[in-house]
Amino acid sequence: MSNASITASTPKWVDPKRYLWLLGPMVPAIGIAMLVLFMQTKAVWTLWFVVGLVHVILPMLDWLFGEDAENPPDNALQSLENDRYYSWVLYAFVPLQLGVTVFGAWLAVTSDLPWYHLVGLALSVGMVNGIAINTAHELGHKKSKFDRWMARISLAPTFYGHFYVEHNRGHHKNVATPEDPASSRFGESFWVFLPRTVFGSLRSAWHLEAERLARQSRGVWSLENENLQSWGMSVVLFVVVVAVLGWAALPFLIIQAIYGFHLLEVVNYLEHYGLCRQKKADGRYERCEPEHSWNSNHMVTNLFLYHLQRHSDHHANPTRKYQALRHFEHSPQLPSGYAGMITLAYFPPIWYALMNKRVLAHYKGDMSRINVYEPRRAELTARYAEQARELARRA
Amino acid sequence: MRYRCPNCGYIYDEAKGEPHEGFKPGTPWKLIPDTWACPECAVRDKVDFEPEDAA
Repeated sequence: MSNASITASTPKWVDPKRYLWLLGPMVPAIGIAMLVLFMQTKAVWTLWFVVGLVHVILPMLDWLFGEDAENPPDNALQSLENDRYYSWVLYAFVPLQLGVTVFGAWLAVTSDLPWYHLVGLALSVGMVNGIAINTAHELGHKKSKFDRWMARISLAPTFYGHFYVEHNRGHHKNVATPEDPASSRFGESFWVFLPRTVFGSLRSAWHLEAERLARQSRGVWSLENENLQSWGMSVVLFVVVVAVLGWAALPFLIIQAIYGFHLLEVVNYLEHYGLCRQKKADGRYERCEPEHSWNSNHMVTNLFLYHLQRHSDHHANPTRKYQALRHFEHSPQLPSGYAGMITLAYFPPIWYALMNKRVLAHYKGDMSRINVYEPRRAELTARYAEQARELARRA
Repeated sequence: MRYRCPNCGYIYDEAKGEPHEGFKPGTPWKLIPDTWACPECAVRDKVDFEPEDAA
């Protein structure tokens, strides 16, 4: 039987979002445009625009354009992955991001701005470099040396190069277990999670490299230490900027770095809150399944963040390229896109009001299966006892 | 002998080793720690790998 007649009549699938992916590199491009606009108009709203873009405009656009659960057909996945156009869309982000950083530093030092608008400028640039960590996340998961180097360059402005080590080899191994510093716990506020993930991930990254280098019979202070190499790039960037622009550039660089990496961590907070892989009889954790990540199908944020919100597929297939990530129908869904959830995460009572019942419902009231913030376990068990009983009864 | 990650298809080839991970060419599979995660996906560990017949 010939297949020719079947394939000839099937139209080749075209990605409906193909050109919308350009919204990704639009972020640093908008960053540059705002700085140019500031130079021409001296209007200070331009210095705060990118912050407003993420916290106000994106949630509104998410609400307006809603969800997109469309998946590419299975037979299109391979050609989608092989299409280099999507890699170029990703690469474009990096030089633009470095441009925003340097241009922003120059403006911070040369324009006569009151301190609060300098903070706005630093936050906007930090926001771009924070979103860049998502770009670096995508690039760092790839196998090509070029992609991996681009990832580490993209991490340089926020001084977060150790993310490249910890994320792939630490977080992906330990995700949704109490052992993972980057998986948030039920009842753990973002403000408690933040130091745990920042210092925990740093320690994990250090330990991972120490272990790997020891297997190569090298000490931790070797030039082969990938954390030291990445931090070295950050040091070079900061030193060059300060050497050219003066010490006044340093507060700007520090503020934008901290704000940038905090954005990564608040996104980490959203992605696995309360979810938990169960320990099996042999003492190992069950493998990571779609139920171990929070997802969102809100289209606009997905387009700005290279499908990061299709998080379950990402954890199942960490090397799958962003353009091919799929929505899983039965995976846990956040009530809104990441952009809106970030703001809610800053206000624990609101976060808990929205999310705790979702975690409980997911586990049908069985708190023994939840990744609980231990210092509050007794209090949380008591507080949710009735809800838990009702859920278990209905299960 | 070659061993395959059942999640992503990464192959550990004893003849090639995995020098970046600290396993020189010729490192036998039995010397690799049980808790070693697949260097490509980290979804599965050494104990989950399956022997791969040479083509």
